[in-house]
Amino acid sequence: MTTPMTTKERLAIDRVRMPELAATIRSTNFEEVNRGLEADDAIREAQRCIQCKNRQCVEGCPVGVSIPEFIGLLAENDLPGAARILQHDNALPAVCGRVCPQETQCEAKCVRGIKGEAVAIGYLERFVADWAMENAAQLSTEPLPPATGKKVAVVGCGPAGLTAAGELARAGHGVVIFEALHDTGGVLRYGIPEFRLPKAIIDVEVDRLRALGVEIECNVIIGKTLTLAQLRQEFDAVFIANGAGLPTMLNIAGENLKGVYSANEYLTRVNLMGAGRQADASTPIIKGRNVAVIGGGNTAMDCVRTARRLGAERAMIIYRRSEAEMPARVEEIKHAKEEGVEFLMLTAPVAILSEGDGWAASLRCQRMELGEPDASGRRKPVPVEGAQYDIPADVVVNAVGTGANPLLTATAPDLDLNKWGNIVADESGLTNLEGVFAGGDIVRGGATVILAMGDGKQAAAAISEFLA
Amino acid sequence: MFEVVSNDILAPSLHRMVVRAPRVAASRKPGQFVIVRSAAGEERIPLTIGDADNAAGTITLFIQAIGASTRMIVAIPAGGFLRDVAGPLGLPTHIEQWGRVACIGGGVGTAVLYPLAKALAEAGNDVTTIIGGRADAYIILKDELSAFSREVLVTTEDGSMGRKGFVTAELADLMANPDTCPRAVFAIGPVPMMRAVAELTRPLGITTIVSLNPIMIDGTGMCGGCRVLVGGQPKFACVDGPEFDGHQVDFENLFDRLSTYRSHEAADCKLNRQVQP
Repeated sequence: MTTPMTTKERLAIDRVRMPELAATIRSTNFEEVNRGLEADDAIREAQRCIQCKNRQCVEGCPVGVSIPEFIGLLAENDLPGAARILQHDNALPAVCGRVCPQETQCEAKCVRGIKGEAVAIGYLERFVADWAMENAAQLSTEPLPPATGKKVAVVGCGPAGLTAAGELARAGHGVVIFEALHDTGGVLRYGIPEFRLPKAIIDVEVDRLRALGVEIECNVIIGKTLTLAQLRQEFDAVFIANGAGLPTMLNIAGENLKGVYSANEYLTRVNLMGAGRQADASTPIIKGRNVAVIGGGNTAMDCVRTARRLGAERAMIIYRRSEAEMPARVEEIKHAKEEGVEFLMLTAPVAILSEGDGWAASLRCQRMELGEPDASGRRKPVPVEGAQYDIPADVVVNAVGTGANPLLTATAPDLDLNKWGNIVADESGLTNLEGVFAGGDIVRGGATVILAMGDGKQAAAAISEFLA
Repeated sequence: MFEVVSNDILAPSLHRMVVRAPRVAASRKPGQFVIVRSAAGEERIPLTIGDADNAAGTITLFIQAIGASTRMIVAIPAGGFLRDVAGPLGLPTHIEQWGRVACIGGGVGTAVLYPLAKALAEAGNDVTTIIGGRADAYIILKDELSAFSREVLVTTEDGSMGRKGFVTAELADLMANPDTCPRAVFAIGPVPMMRAVAELTRPLGITTIVSLNPIMIDGTGMCGGCRVLVGGQPKFACVDGPEFDGHQVDFENLFDRLSTYRSHEAADCKLNRQVQP
């Protein structure tokens, strides 16, 4: 046995770097960019955690993962122990380790980040989750409490629905997830590209939930195939987590030209249907030589990096504010730049023009400058008079955002909605209808995977209390 | 997996397929459609629900094999399976007591028209049906439509059955006589045919409903791939339609957008011919 490390020794270790696929290679394929840590590096990074008593990192995690505990076991090379904690606290750890914005969540609260760099909690979560997937045989199956005999319907198989389903199954309830698409995962499947989140990972994490007894029925559209009223008759409680899948239009001339996509369509074709990515996929996509992606969020980064991989010579981000205001993760912006993506800042789209053949050919842009701060505190972009110019763009992708899809709510007239069409729910996720809970983007509007998962976890607790 | 109960050929490359999909059969209404995916890796395509039998838990699909994916679907024999059937999708047809109505079907559109015409007749409307095709072999569902129509008028481009010419000629005749002039017209078929019908009824202000067939992916309103311009506004055919006021539709744009993947389709069909000579 070695003697335990002192805090001083722990503080002397530098934060690990994530190995990445070289930009020149990765911009031509869909392989995962971040390669994951080696075991030695992961254990060394885990030793940087000083196991502080106030556990601020856990406060920063929307699903409340027992961060110091799993990292402590990892630091002692007890991988089965670390995996058990992680998998119990988080339905999708291998997903979270990849797509969570840790810099604004758990790692933002890490005490070590006050003077130096935070512990790489996300990298460690990913390392342990990936180890657990590869060594599932070494892990004992999770004991479940006796069945309660209660049945819960979950609408939507995205991050919120999957998380709630896992928690509810662990509480002994019978859970059925209804999914409109033909495959699981929601935005994890159709939205986030393979190079950030390999789809095989979703399959493994979803299978783990199935092993807990969660049933998943695809091709069922609540609001069409079945109504909320029918679900309420058949189930003791319902959790609605059908997301915010309704693209916001740009409302500029030329939006209906061929070669103009919403981010949802562009990403769905490539990610869910394999267009341009799998040789045998029968779903087509227009690849484009000059691709203009409008927006500055993570979705825009996913689209523009996808465009590069589909062979675009110029893949451009068109954003009306400056880089400082971009909502995308710093890492995504950095990766996009390394891959040769051009950033056209303070640029607003005015119209999409064609050469008369029905296809997009160029994007008319308006130069902007930052004016006074608006109500949200961000400086408002205002047009620079006379500064308009055209840039070539044979594919234009609109990634300015999504709204609430009315498919379910249109057939549930007694469900309270706000003025944007989002479901009104209290902090526990309860709606105005007894036994009906909601969470994720259908309540929040477009937000993050981890916030949706937090909602799923909270709603599951509230549902268990309701059913008790 | 959704079992194919029967699969028969109605006309050259036009199949009628009965599929076991109890949930869809129970909730579908005339005018709605399903998204079908034949097998893993295949694309999602929209198909109108031609009919449904709630007791048997089946729906009827009419499929014209025009590309690689539709050919793959019609090649599935009775006893085989479709990987995915999602629906019912879209808004049901708005059924009203119009009095005298004309229902017009062109080619495979006749199959899409069938449930709508039947529902209009059941609601007490006096239905005159006009169906057209390239030649007599392409005229489908004539007897089925006759069961509830006052009259079924047939036109063919080559004159091999009924009147030689287009469906618009019969409609013009109906409109010319105040005793037969319809209060509302429902037209389903190729874009040029629906546009011609809408142009014919526009001067008299006769309500004209068309069912649009843009490219679709999810069919649930999440991508906007199926957007069409109606009254100058973008509408998603999968959730706002597929039926719209024919006098408001920008047919030019619809026709153009339908050609987006033509070169991909051609490549796919060529590939298909190579493996299945």
